[in-house]
Amino acid sequence: MIELCPLGDLVAGTVTRVAPPGLPAALALVRIGDRVFCIDDTCSHETASLSDGWLAGYQIECPLHESRFDLRTGAPDCPPARRPVRVYDVVVVNGMVCVEAEGTA
Amino acid sequence: MTVIAVVGTGLAGIRAAETLRAEGHDGRLIFIGEEPGRPYDRPPLSKQVLLGETADLALLDERGEAELAAEWRTGTRVTAFDPHNRTVRLGDGDRLNVDGLVIATGVRPRTLSCDLPESGVHTLRTLADATALRDDLAGGGRIAVVGGGFIGCEVASAARSLGHDVTVVEAGDTPLRAALGEPAARLLARRHIDSGVHLVTGAGVHAVTGGRRVTGLVLADGRVLPADTVVVGIGAAPDLTWLAGSGVACADGVLTDQWGRTNVPGVVAAGDVAAYACRTGRKRVEHWTNARDMPVVAARALLADLRGEDTTALPVHDPLPYIWSDQYGSRLQFAGRPGPGDRFTVVEGEPDGPFVAVYEHSGLVTAVLGVDSPRSFTRLRAGLRRTWAS
Repeated sequence: MIELCPLGDLVAGTVTRVAPPGLPAALALVRIGDRVFCIDDTCSHETASLSDGWLAGYQIECPLHESRFDLRTGAPDCPPARRPVRVYDVVVVNGMVCVEAEGTA
Repeated sequence: MTVIAVVGTGLAGIRAAETLRAEGHDGRLIFIGEEPGRPYDRPPLSKQVLLGETADLALLDERGEAELAAEWRTGTRVTAFDPHNRTVRLGDGDRLNVDGLVIATGVRPRTLSCDLPESGVHTLRTLADATALRDDLAGGGRIAVVGGGFIGCEVASAARSLGHDVTVVEAGDTPLRAALGEPAARLLARRHIDSGVHLVTGAGVHAVTGGRRVTGLVLADGRVLPADTVVVGIGAAPDLTWLAGSGVACADGVLTDQWGRTNVPGVVAAGDVAAYACRTGRKRVEHWTNARDMPVVAARALLADLRGEDTTALPVHDPLPYIWSDQYGSRLQFAGRPGPGDRFTVVEGEPDGPFVAVYEHSGLVTAVLGVDSPRSFTRLRAGLRRTWAS
């Protein structure tokens, strides 16, 4: 289990990028209501940071090429991305947002 | 059983076919494509492919291809369409009966009208074009790029990063002016020079010299520009000869309404080939995003037509235009449709580094340009999308 950041750091309607030691790549966190979603921050198509993208509902749109990734499944809605990004199970322990090191693609 | 033929196996054709299946077409689906091989994506052709980098070009993986359950007639052209008998004739002499037809044949690059040597003069459209150019670039030497559009700029950038001596010859005042407007184009032109690319503007090409192999260019003002490889990026046009006599209305492209429908029932067009009706009259758009999005609308309209449903209840194709380009290690992003006199203001950053600029008309933002500023660009584009939709 890897600690990412305090729950209080996550602001509704924004994407927070975290790059914890112990994980190979940066992650993007989104808080919607009581739930926290966590996906890989790097687009599955080219090197773009999804946290620079646009959040609409449960989708983050890649800032470069407009593929929209679903926070719940990691799946893109349209090309150029064709592969999903990894999705991580989030648990909040004593106010800290934590994930297991292995996400699921 | 309903038979739909998709002519063209580029992005637009694949997107149309995927939509047809997703929206319930369970009859035959036949791809007809001039190029042999599997469908591939074109943006990397002027970037990673020229640099010899690995790029995932496939538009369909095995599963996607299996899900389409299509018949593939590739490596053959369509030579005619008869709307009365609903038949498509192929270059190999075959004739197919079809109920629906998707025209997604794209465009062919223009080349210079003067005499050309047998080798060393390239246009860039297909994977075969890109690998031939890549092989020539591997030989080094002096590279002349004719035309300062997106293709020309990206090729110049790639050739320069391979260490070559590169000259861009642009007939107008500055590269990318037609796409981005004068002020933005002027700012970006510096990047060629800063990267060590020679920029020759206001210069048409009078002749291409060489015997079997190209040796250079003679410009309209008499200047001679030695070159071991010439790349011509002066635009492209659809090949509509196979539609002559078919009754499908064409001008600069296949004419469609805002749903991608042609004047012939059961025939739609999408992507680079389609000149579609939109809020500003008629547009034929040769950008990747248009080839991604328009076929979805056109495929839905085709199915509605074939089912006798009301197409006009469906969403129209009228997106906020969006393009990107990778040049000289920078990412350019541009959204909107500015007018010629719109006010251009850099709102963030500096012109020689990352920056964001807006185009305005009567106090309204009409377009946004971003260079290496995806976060700010994305936020301004979101505002532009709201304006565009209202």
